[in-house]
Amino acid sequence: MPSIEAVNLSKKYGSFAAVSNLSLKIEGAKCVGFLGPNGAGKTTTLKMFTDLVRPSSGEALINGVNVHTQKKLALESVGTLIEMPEIYPALTPREALMMIAEIRGVPKGARNDRIEEAVSEVRMEEWIDKRVGKFSKGMKQRICVASALLSDPCIILFDEPTMGLDPRGMSEVRDIIKSLKNKKRLIFMSSHLLSEVSDVCDEVAMIDHGKLVIYDTLSNVTAKVSGGENIVEVGLRNPVDAGLMNKIAAKIPGIDKAEKSDGTTFRIRFTGGVDVQERILADLVRMNIGIVSYRQASSALEEAYLSLITSTL
Amino acid sequence: MTETENSYGNKVPSSLAQVGITMKYTLLDYVRSRRFFILLTIAVLISAILTVVVGYYRPAVFLTSPLSFYSGWWGNIAIYVIVLSGVFFGGDAISGEFQNKTGYFGIPNPIRRSSIYIGKWLSALIASTVILGVFAAITVGNGLYYFPSVPSEFGLSLLFAWFYLVAVLGFTFFFSSLFKSSSMSILVTLILFLFAFNIIQLFVANFAQTEPWFLLTYGAQIIGNILTVPYPPPSSVTSFGPGGNGPTFTTFNATVPEGLAIIGLYFIITTFLGLVLFERKEFT
Repeated sequence: MPSIEAVNLSKKYGSFAAVSNLSLKIEGAKCVGFLGPNGAGKTTTLKMFTDLVRPSSGEALINGVNVHTQKKLALESVGTLIEMPEIYPALTPREALMMIAEIRGVPKGARNDRIEEAVSEVRMEEWIDKRVGKFSKGMKQRICVASALLSDPCIILFDEPTMGLDPRGMSEVRDIIKSLKNKKRLIFMSSHLLSEVSDVCDEVAMIDHGKLVIYDTLSNVTAKVSGGENIVEVGLRNPVDAGLMNKIAAKIPGIDKAEKSDGTTFRIRFTGGVDVQERILADLVRMNIGIVSYRQASSALEEAYLSLITSTL
Repeated sequence: MTETENSYGNKVPSSLAQVGITMKYTLLDYVRSRRFFILLTIAVLISAILTVVVGYYRPAVFLTSPLSFYSGWWGNIAIYVIVLSGVFFGGDAISGEFQNKTGYFGIPNPIRRSSIYIGKWLSALIASTVILGVFAAITVGNGLYYFPSVPSEFGLSLLFAWFYLVAVLGFTFFFSSLFKSSSMSILVTLILFLFAFNIIQLFVANFAQTEPWFLLTYGAQIIGNILTVPYPPPSSVTSFGPGGNGPTFTTFNATVPEGLAIIGLYFIITTFLGLVLFERKEFT
């Protein structure tokens, strides 16, 4: 089972503690969002997991292997995208990715196929043989995403993977992350976009002033902050009317409130965790009201975030 | 140095093989980028100017003997071609990884930093050797026009020049590891090689009457001195003024073993320090 673990991980720059005694263990196939304000220590933590920064104390372990002392072994099954890397400008994506494929030991016969597959996943097929020096930031970011996926790693570490991308690019990267979840990968990603985290992540870890504030499932985090109350957003095929809201609140047990959000969506507030959330979904489906989407409300995570993270550096 | 296979069928190559991979792609980047052709143009341009000047003015200092030709042409200019190569290919080799953020692409992979460092160093050495080789070929071409054979001392000088290139690259990579700014590492290296070392050598020899054995440029004198017969004495004093009673000017000359030792030590020490710095440097 893939795992990443921070054991009393700390990083100090002089007297400033960027990360302070962080202990966090994530294992299994899932997507975990890493949240926190600017300067909270998210990127520094990810850098310690990728040999870009040395820990002042503690250990960063990947699959039980210390990244600092056994880097090659620790990172052999890890794909990374930290900050916005630059690629040697005179190389083409095919060449730059071939370099990574060779370094990561992708079998020779599979390299070209893997490169074309990864480039196609980030929709850069047309640019595969053009020099990177002429690319925009977003295009380079897509190639870097492709580089992270190239060796089919079991663990993926992303630092704000949609940063610098246009809305379509952001959506495509989110789709890639969702598809990786289906492939049973462990994804650990930092992001400032709470809606993005709500959309793709199963769990969230929040960090503030270098310290872990909370690590739990998305629904438990939002439930804890709202005194056990959770919010889901339901999308319908047809417009929502007030009568339907009353009917739902009356018919389905456990719902505290059902309220219309906009034309075809409404929100349900309920008390409980994922079990209750699942039962409500089953009840709604039985009502045959034309559900097209059902997900944790991003604003619920925002409320939790604002409640837990009280200040921004 | 062994390769490891993970559960996904990828076999991470040995560190030695990864040195070769880094070297291959860095070299490709050098050859594709303008810097290689700019330096090649500079080397060809210098050669062209010398060809015209020597061909037109026929200076006696160049054309007295084969050795004087190679001493005047190669012995005086090769060190500048080497320093420029070091600066062009080594100046930002490591600092650029930080400043341009290319390090974020390569380092978070299952590869030792030392493999990246050595791979980049080797590619710089190959690219610089090509430039030096082109300059040497043009030198020999001109030499053969005026004299029927190439003196054996030129072969030794060429070898010493290549050793010096190795040390210069060790030195430039060290400075490149020291600074995070590419322009700073390039500027400092250029100032040291073109001005500072020569000024220090002048002052140490004349005011402290001490042999400047601690300077790389002093060791590099063997490149030109080997083309002088007889080989210059270890030290000589020239007096100026009426009756030789004026100020004196002391010249020290590194012997061949001394020069090779200085060049070798500079290479070993600066390469080791550069590697240690790169291993410890953080991408903050």
